Amino acid sequence: MDGVSFEVRRGETLGLVGESGCGKSTTGLAMLRLLNITSGHINFEGRDLAGLNQGQLRGIRRHMQMVFQDPYSSLNPRMTVGSIVIEPLNVHRVGTPAERRERVQELLRLVGLNPSFINRYPHEFSGGQRQRIGLARALATNPAFIVADEPISALDVSIQAQVVNLMADLRTQLGLTYVMVSHDLSMVRYISDRVAVMYLGLIVELGNRDAVFDTPLHPYTRALLSAIPTPNPKRERARKRIILSGDVPSASNPPAGCRFNPRCPLATDICLEQEPPLRDFGAGGAPHLVACHHVQ
Amino acid sequence: MLSYLLRRLAISLPILLGITVIIFYIASQMPGDAVMAMISQETPMAEDLMKLRRGQLGLDQPLPVQYLRWLGQLAQGNLGFSFQTGEPVGAILAARIFATLQLMFTALLVAIVLGVVLGVISALKQYSALDYSLTFLGFTGISIPDFFFGMSLVYVFAIRLNLFPTSGIKTAGEPYTLADNLYHLVLPATALALARTATFMRYTRASVLEVMNNDHVRTARAKGLSEWRVTARHILRNALIPVVTVIGFSLPVLFAGSVIIETIFQWPGVGLMFVNAVTSRDSPVIMGYVLFSAIVVQISNLLTDVAYGWVDPRIRYD
Amino acid sequence: MTAATPVVFPATESQVRGESLWGKARRRFFRHKLAMAGLWILGTMVLLAIFAPMIERYPPNEINLEAMSQPPSLEHWLGTDTTGRDYWSRLVHGARVSLSVGLVAVSISTVIGVVLGSLAGYGGGKIDMVIMRFTDMVMTFPSLVIIIAVVAVLGPSIYNTMLVIGLLSWPTIARLVRGQFLSLREQQFVVAARSIGVAPVEIIFRHLFPNVLSAVIVAATFGVAVAILQEASLSFLGLGVQAPTPSWGNMLRDVQTLSILEGMPWLWIAPGIMIALAVLSINFIGDGLRDAFDPRSTL
Repeated sequence: MDGVSFEVRRGETLGLVGESGCGKSTTGLAMLRLLNITSGHINFEGRDLAGLNQGQLRGIRRHMQMVFQDPYSSLNPRMTVGSIVIEPLNVHRVGTPAERRERVQELLRLVGLNPSFINRYPHEFSGGQRQRIGLARALATNPAFIVADEPISALDVSIQAQVVNLMADLRTQLGLTYVMVSHDLSMVRYISDRVAVMYLGLIVELGNRDAVFDTPLHPYTRALLSAIPTPNPKRERARKRIILSGDVPSASNPPAGCRFNPRCPLATDICLEQEPPLRDFGAGGAPHLVACHHVQ
Repeated sequence: MLSYLLRRLAISLPILLGITVIIFYIASQMPGDAVMAMISQETPMAEDLMKLRRGQLGLDQPLPVQYLRWLGQLAQGNLGFSFQTGEPVGAILAARIFATLQLMFTALLVAIVLGVVLGVISALKQYSALDYSLTFLGFTGISIPDFFFGMSLVYVFAIRLNLFPTSGIKTAGEPYTLADNLYHLVLPATALALARTATFMRYTRASVLEVMNNDHVRTARAKGLSEWRVTARHILRNALIPVVTVIGFSLPVLFAGSVIIETIFQWPGVGLMFVNAVTSRDSPVIMGYVLFSAIVVQISNLLTDVAYGWVDPRIRYD
Repeated sequence: MTAATPVVFPATESQVRGESLWGKARRRFFRHKLAMAGLWILGTMVLLAIFAPMIERYPPNEINLEAMSQPPSLEHWLGTDTTGRDYWSRLVHGARVSLSVGLVAVSISTVIGVVLGSLAGYGGGKIDMVIMRFTDMVMTFPSLVIIIAVVAVLGPSIYNTMLVIGLLSWPTIARLVRGQFLSLREQQFVVAARSIGVAPVEIIFRHLFPNVLSAVIVAATFGVAVAILQEASLSFLGLGVQAPTPSWGNMLRDVQTLSILEGMPWLWIAPGIMIALAVLSINFIGDGLRDAFDPRSTL
């Protein structure tokens, strides 16, 4: 993965979408320096995280947190809910021990769990409840910024909406900034302010949610969006699916030129040779960046 | 396949080299050396002469130099000479290895046949009284020390019932006959086979139980295949594959076990030789044997891998 | 283990106490019949060993030439050996030696195995390679062979027996811990701990280790059984615990002659059965522990 560049504004939610294996999760992990990056900069509130060592990073981690995809493997099975949620507070020595315990109760209430669950173990909870525990842990140190990596994809469909709504409520309540990594376009549309579409480790389209969803410009985005079923039967019948041919090439060995060229319905010679830069097609002051030779 | 074998050997070589370092170091820490071995009560040696002899043999050199010399000798197939008898260690090993291999492989054969058959029966009759008894016996089998089991066999079958000889590889003072040899082999091979039989039985049982719950077995049943065909074609063929590994890894254990069994039954193999060498601190013989045992382990690991690929069509070496 | 100390919370109204994985395992273990039988037998032996000086009927090493080679009687419960020593007294003192050798040896090998295994598994890369190549090398020898060879250097004694068995039996546990660490390292809760800012040492002890502890306990339990058998074998060959200190293994060594084998079976049957019983009960306990921790295992 290389050449990914974007900014997240304070208080907004950026949706990061794409097929599995396109590097969205890697981007999420790299943002928090949970993966080592070989080059580039991560600017967080005026500090470059790329240049910090592990010790310096540790201090900053209380301001940026992560919510994980798998509610089963993201909670240590040998620790009680209380120990899981209190751990960030202990690590960053927030308040007195009594205040920390108080805070844990408060956090559990905040995510909609009974505070008397503190002495229970993760295996006694459902997937949705576990994801709430994960949220409580992420929120413990009052972070400003949260990366959520596919937070609902492992949950039952019936539970998904609850968790998304909870996350949306928390955002308003606590003024959080989210990066929402997901392949679930409906969820991203519901919760995001802006959307970035990734293909094979590159951002191919980036803009305000409505711009991207209503007037998608990149052929890949169009193909993705055409796959969303609409609830209106009339429009559903009119919906034309763009079926992409071919498999996703490996991200470690991407095709030359535009990475999308082997599957693109519009591909021409220039796409085989030149990698398209991100160009702005935004109207009315809101940028709408697209990396495609054929967008005019 | 050939390139796989070569690659495996290439990995084994540094390990074997590391092993020679360990062995050499152990031996160098043993009290007594080749010169001490020349002395006895009858032939005392003057201090000066001992020093001279040590110089001649290179024993006054620093350890790394001595190691390289020893390694050079080793590369030419020279394992050194026994302190006790002066014979070359390689020749002593060669003269005794057949007895050990005969004991080992007879025991292995017995253990495979008994262990696999009992394990399959135990699994097919899961939760029956027979299964419980076999499982219990299996636990007992791995818990009885082999020397105690050997002594019990001697007591019952050699002393009380007088069915088999108490020790030795053949009747003393008589010419070698295969029948006589095999007659002597029965008790020690049984003693050595016990723990392995129990192990093979437990693994076979576990493996068969696991395969029995697989979907393809259920499909085979659903197709209406006879129970016998399901068992033979669909369960056993798949269940016995992991057992091959367990059998392969048991070769070193049998090799080590033969040390004890050979001692009890005075079976003239390399194990008995090793124990005698340790008691008399005959370090060239000890080194030779330990090195040999390491090679046995390497070879059996290699054979296990090859056999595994051979029985499991999913594995390809390339 | 201090690693998993739960945070203590004050009781709230309607406190709900969850059951930990340990609690579940404990319940399953106490329902395991064979393991319970093993626990009783082993417990009795441990008591015999601890109170050996009070249970003994004669000093275990006291030679009594007027009572040589006597069969079991009311006076000498298990008879006497060829030098007139009381066999019951020797047997209970032998329990002390055999059981403690097993325990000490396994403690040594478990500590080494856990340390090396966690370093290799968590460190990965070069550290992993170096440690695992070394482990391969130690594992290349049939364990009894290399143990005998090293004892030949150090000289036989009870302490060397413990030490050598312990120093050469760690590879099993090291490989186990490494394998588990390698797979646990990829679990999201470890990434979560890092994202919180937990230091690597704490990740190892608070997050990873409690998750491998059950597997280590099972392996160490079976290890005790193996160590007791190894001590018995070494002492039987005359390379372990030395006379006159009794251990079950060297008690069998003294009675190998055909005349004793035939004429005084109590002298070899008793220690043999003790070894088998001890090892069998430990294996049962190990089996029960494994079932308790991992109910799906069929082995």
